[in-house]
Amino acid sequence: MSHPNLLAGIETCDDAGVYKITEDLALIQTLDFLTPIVDDPYTFGQVAVANALSDVYAMGGNPLTAMNIVCFPVNDMDMAILHDILRGGLEKMREAEVLLVGGHSVEDPELKYGLSVTGTVHPRKLLLNREARSGDLLVLTKPLGTGIINTALKAGMAPGELVRRATETMAELNRKAAEIMKDFTVNACTDITGFGLLGHACEMVDGGDTGILIHSSEVPVFPEIREFAEMGILPGGLHRNRKFRISMVEQGPSCPDWLMDTFFDPQTSGGLLVSVPETDAVLMAKRMNEEGLQYASIIGEVSDEPKGIIRVL
Amino acid sequence: MSTTIDARGLSCPQPVLVTLEAIAEGSADRLEISVDTDTAVENITRAVKSKGWAVSGVAEKDQCYVVTVVKE
Repeated sequence: MSHPNLLAGIETCDDAGVYKITEDLALIQTLDFLTPIVDDPYTFGQVAVANALSDVYAMGGNPLTAMNIVCFPVNDMDMAILHDILRGGLEKMREAEVLLVGGHSVEDPELKYGLSVTGTVHPRKLLLNREARSGDLLVLTKPLGTGIINTALKAGMAPGELVRRATETMAELNRKAAEIMKDFTVNACTDITGFGLLGHACEMVDGGDTGILIHSSEVPVFPEIREFAEMGILPGGLHRNRKFRISMVEQGPSCPDWLMDTFFDPQTSGGLLVSVPETDAVLMAKRMNEEGLQYASIIGEVSDEPKGIIRVL
Repeated sequence: MSTTIDARGLSCPQPVLVTLEAIAEGSADRLEISVDTDTAVENITRAVKSKGWAVSGVAEKDQCYVVTVVKE
């Protein structure tokens, strides 16, 4: 599908669709919905909204309006649960200064909640996945491991305090990171979600003229997940992600197997992965740390060689 | 001694947990675990390695896998 005004569509792996309305205004559209990943309905609503809005932030845009998407087992579940989910979602939209303008609900045996989101961006400020340049450094803004923690929770093995920290991370908007990003030269950006760090990094360079080096020891992860990863408490999505992209990835001897697994862990509402020229990257990561994004770190670099390959050192 | 475990139909991460239980129980030095997902095979491989065991074979049969693991 192509059109002179279509700036990002289904052909690329970008995070949202983008349509240019005028020379200085483009429309961003995206939708995302989830099955519950936390037990508390209010918190689930918050995470689902943070997750749905993230795609707009990852395109360099501002989310403006949203509509609820609700699938709910009306006859089998207490309506109070739905009210709490919607309340959590609305609270997160208020925090993001996004207006809820409608929605749609259907009866479904499995609960799901999310948003359709509309935002805007100046066409020249639009950030695509695939414009990372050789010499850029890569900044990741949230720690990895929420998929593994969720699997450990199902196994009854995750400590409550770890679950609380992971949930807080998932419910955190990528808004502040996106706002800070606007003060620096940014060449490319995506958010880390279902394909994991390496899956999304692969999208940045697949078939292109650049490759990526990841410094595994610099990547922020929840430290407690090492034990779970080594014990094989890993979600199915992690193995699917690995199988899909392993031909594009080289694991160096200094990266342990558990960490390599973690880099394929599917994330819910993960951080932004931002490709920034070296000087700006250092300043940007520092500024993010100073403004409360404690995990934001420079995790790697974009290189001329090996083209289309992620090398994990 | 060899023990057989049927973990088919169990969702992730249950196959790993029943395998680790059997290892912790301590009477067997060889387990044959039947599972029905790739994920379970991958996860059991990691789980037994962390306990000093190893996968000696994976046989695929009727859309199921029999994973044989031995104490090293």
